[in-house]
Parts: sequence; structure tokens; C-alpha cells
Amino acid sequence: MDMKRDYYEDIQFFSSGVISFWFAVLILFLSLFPFCFKNYYVYMANYIAINVIVALGLNILVGYTGQISLGHGGFFAIGAYGTLLLMTKAQFPFWIALPCAALIAALFGFLLGLPALRLEGPYLSIATLGFGLTITQVIGRIELFGGRQGLHAPELSIGPWHLTSDRDFYYLLIPLTILLAMMARNLVTTKVGRAFIAIRDAEIAAETMGVNILFYKTLAFAVSAFYTGLAGGLYAFVLRYIEPEVFSLFMSIMFLLMVVVGGLGSIFGAVAGACLISWLDLELRNILGIPYVGVWLEALSKNYFSITGVSNIQFIIFGLIMIFIMLFEPLGLLGFWIRIKKYWKTWPF
Amino acid sequence: MIDFFQMVVSGIAVGSSYALMGLAMVMIYKTSEVVNFAQGEMALLSVFVTFLMLDQYRLPFHIAFPAALLFSVFLGAFLEFAVLRRATEANVLGRIIITIGMEMVLIGIVSWKFGADPKTMPFPISPYDSAEIGSVYISTLELLSLLIALSLMISLFLFLKFSRLGMAMKATQQNRTAARLMGIPTNRILMITWGISAFIGCVAGLLIAPVTMQPYMMWDPMLKGFAAAVMGGMTSLPGAIFGAYILGITENLFGGYVSIEFKSVVAFVIIVIVLCIKPSGLFARHYVKKV
Repeated sequence: MDMKRDYYEDIQFFSSGVISFWFAVLILFLSLFPFCFKNYYVYMANYIAINVIVALGLNILVGYTGQISLGHGGFFAIGAYGTLLLMTKAQFPFWIALPCAALIAALFGFLLGLPALRLEGPYLSIATLGFGLTITQVIGRIELFGGRQGLHAPELSIGPWHLTSDRDFYYLLIPLTILLAMMARNLVTTKVGRAFIAIRDAEIAAETMGVNILFYKTLAFAVSAFYTGLAGGLYAFVLRYIEPEVFSLFMSIMFLLMVVVGGLGSIFGAVAGACLISWLDLELRNILGIPYVGVWLEALSKNYFSITGVSNIQFIIFGLIMIFIMLFEPLGLLGFWIRIKKYWKTWPF
Repeated sequence: MIDFFQMVVSGIAVGSSYALMGLAMVMIYKTSEVVNFAQGEMALLSVFVTFLMLDQYRLPFHIAFPAALLFSVFLGAFLEFAVLRRATEANVLGRIIITIGMEMVLIGIVSWKFGADPKTMPFPISPYDSAEIGSVYISTLELLSLLIALSLMISLFLFLKFSRLGMAMKATQQNRTAARLMGIPTNRILMITWGISAFIGCVAGLLIAPVTMQPYMMWDPMLKGFAAAVMGGMTSLPGAIFGAYILGITENLFGGYVSIEFKSVVAFVIIVIVLCIKPSGLFARHYVKKV
């Protein structure tokens, strides 16, 4: 659609003045956000930002490199537990503990990437799934990790800056998220990103052209795990309390759902999908509180279903989203966006 | 030594439920190349329909069980017809996501209707009775599931080998276009395959239900069955059965001799190790992609 005339045009951040304008508006909005909205919405923004980071990381693996992962809940758990343990047991300051934990997650990603070199399709999905489940089980059974009781997050301070409220944490999290999104965007336009895409599109052809499969596949796993581990470490401070049950298989499925709903293989898609799904996730937690629909659902549950299980409606909704996205718009939100853009560009034809 | 045999026997008993789930998944994977993550939840819905019939409508067992099995066949066929057949352009990842979506819808419906509390399934055989063979104890329920699983496997084998429908299914598995050209209605065959596979899953579910019955009861058997199927090569029915019994026995031995806590993890560790050595499982020929 847009013609690129040279390489620098291809790699530059903002392809036009309009986009940089809207980006500046977004930044302004995000920086004023905590002053305009209630505390709950700030918490919500933090929660969404965490998911955006995970979706960015998972998208590098699933969308760009074409590998399936049902085990990102495991990396997330490694990041969360790693950060907390390094802070409480080893007395690391937060800004060292967080990258260290993310690097540990990246190491696990590298290790998981090794068997993934020879696996594909269902084999890879069961291997990653098994990894995620194993991590959760192991964490839940070892005393050092707090066992079933879980861990409390310690007081958070970076140098002289004490982050006590959600609002403080917001100002740490949002710049980090934007930074990570930019990093992901830059990564996929470099040699590394092109190698990932080549592996996704045709592995054998890529290998023939001289792409080192061993290096780039494990790198994709490691980078993806790094992002997820980072998000996990931050998530521990959003919840302020973590337990093994949080990092279930359902969480891994939700991460995958975000990437798929947003659109595989696009940074915009990952961000949009993560925002939409995590917002829905939070909203659907008290489904009976939704205006109009809530009352109707309550009556329906009382008459035909059970009122105790009403929160499970969110599973049905997420499941339907997964099915319908795959059936009707496999490109996800990105596909919708492209369609709308095309429609207006060529209007009235 | 008695301990050892005891563990092996209960491993075999557990293994038969894994084997049934694994068989069901392999059946579907062979014909339509879909990894059916909804397998467990298809069985779950059928089990809860049985529960509804037995508990609420007070139907006798000899009506409720066949009705549930029939329901599962229709459920499987319906899901293939309504969802999977429509996904013509989806790739492997896309189909995995669709089946995960179906799984979430089904588990959502069941837990919306019944809540998360454990239920007790009325069943003709109590899970606490046990029989003594030699000096090894096996509960009658486990014995029953073993026998049912074995007879189901044998009849499935005979069905695929000798019946016209079974041959048509095998032909569809091998080459769908060629089968279609030979006059086999492949779409109908796919539906029937899903129906049979849901039936097998439902039998497994009904045998698990007396022991534990809550919305998450099929997670573990389904994942272990899947793991077993992958270990056996994902395209080989005997491989899935063999893998399931190996998993069941190793799991129990590990639980008995090493640590009971990590018992449920060991299956996945085995899977990863097996896949590292033989990336296409133990029984499938490794398929090398040609350009």
C-alpha cells in the first residue's frame, strides 16, 4: 500500500508526520492518565501494560518465528518468582533483580528452544505445554518458593524513589512498556528479525540461504522468554502477592489468545490484542455488574444454569472469540484495521 | 516386590484411561490433522449430561449410559461439522487455537451449569471395592476400566481392519483427495471419525467420573493422553496405547520410589526427553520435509 523508496524509509519509526503526531498525543494521554482517572483505572492500565509486554514477547516467537508456545505462563512465573526471590533472599535492589530474573527466564527459553529445533506442530505444543505445567508444579512444591502459600512482594524502591501506590508504579511501567515495544519494533526490522521471518515462512529455504537455524530459533525463544520474564517480575508488584495457582495453563492460553486476537506478526497487533483481551478479562470478572446484560445473565443463570458458576461465562466468551477470530479473520484486529484502511483509502470504490 | 507389582498394576489401570484419551486424539489427528485440545472437555460435557440424567431425571443406568454415549457421538460430529469444517484456511496453529477455543467454551458451559464443587457420580460399581489377584489388589472399578479399555481397543482395531467404514476411514487418513476420487464421502467420514473419537473419550470420562468429578477432571487425563499419543508418534494407534501404559507405569513407579509430589510432572519430562531423541515419537516414521 505504501511505497518505500529506500532502506531508511523502511526502518524509520514513523512513516509519516500524521503517525508521529498521534504517537505524541498517545504519549501525552498516557502521561496525564493517572491524574484524570480513579485509582482502579490506573491499576487496570498497569495490568494491561504487563500483558502488552508479554504479548510483544510472545509475538516475536509465535508471530515472527512461527513457533507455537503454550508454556509462556512458565516464563512469566520464572520472572515473577525470580525477581521476588532475588530481592528478598539475595537482597538485590529491584533494578538489578528484575533484569537478572528476566535473564534466567531467557536461559530457560534457550533451553526450551533446543528441543524445539527438531519439533513442530503438535510435538512442539506438548513440549512447551509440559514445560509450563512443570514450572508451576515445581514452584508450588518447593519451600524456598513459598510453596502453596506464595510470596509477598517487598517494598519497592529504586534509589531514592519509593514506589508505594499504583500511580507510582504506573510511571515506571508505562515508559518501560513503550521502550520494550520500540525495541521489539526495531528488532524485527533488523537482520535478526528478518531471519526470524525467514524461518517462519520457509525453514529449509532460510537454512539454505545461510540463516543459522540453531542460533536464531533459540534466540527467538530466549528473547520471547526475556520479555515474558520481565513482565512476570513487574506483575509480582502489580499483584503484590503471587502464588503458584496464578501461573496456570489458562494464563498461557490467554497470552496466546492476545497475540492471535491482535494479529500474528505485527507489533500493533500484539499491543491491540493485549489491550483488548486484558481489558475484557478484568471487565468480565464481575460479569453481573455489566449494565443490561448483567441482569439478563443473572436471570438466565438462576433459571437454567447456576448462579455460583456465573463467572465461568468468561471462558465461554474467550473461547468464542478464539473460534470466531480464527474462522472469520485470521489476521485478528490487524486484519480489521487493514480492511478499514483500505476501504477509506479507496472510497468511494 | 509386592509393592512393585502393586504399583505396576495400578499404573496399568491409570494407563488405560490415558490410552483411551490418546486413542481418541490420534484418531482425529490422523484424519484431519487437528490436535484436538477439546477432547477432554467433549468427554466432560457428556459425563455431566449423564450426571444430569441420573441425578435429576432419575433415569436408570442402562438408559443413561447409552444415551450419554450417543450424545457424545453427536457432539463430536457436530463440532466437526460446525467449527472445524469451516476453518479451511487455518494452519496448524490456527487449528490448535480453534480447538482450545472449543475446549474453553465447553468447560465454561459445564462449570456455569454445575459450579466448581466436586460431585459424586452415581455408579453401579463403588470405587472402593477391590479384588485380590495373587497378592496384588486392584479396585473393581480399575479392573472394569482396564477390561473396557482393552475390549474397546480390540473392537476399534477390528473395525478399522475389516469393516467397510473402517477401510474408508483409513483411506481418508492416508490421502484425502485420492479417497474422494474413489467415491468415499470424506466429509461424512470426518464427521464419523470425530463421533467415534468423542465416543472413546466419553467412555474414558465415564470411567474416571466415579473417582473424581468436577469441571477440571478431564484436564489431567487429556494432557497425559496427548503426551502418550505424542510419545507414540501421534499417528500410530498402537503407539498411543503403548505410550499411555508406559506413562502410567512410570508415573506410578516414580511416585512410589522417588517422590509422590512430582508424580504428575514426570510424564512431561519423559515426553521432552523422548522427543529430544526421537522428534516424531517412538512409533512414527520420522517424516523429513522435502522442498
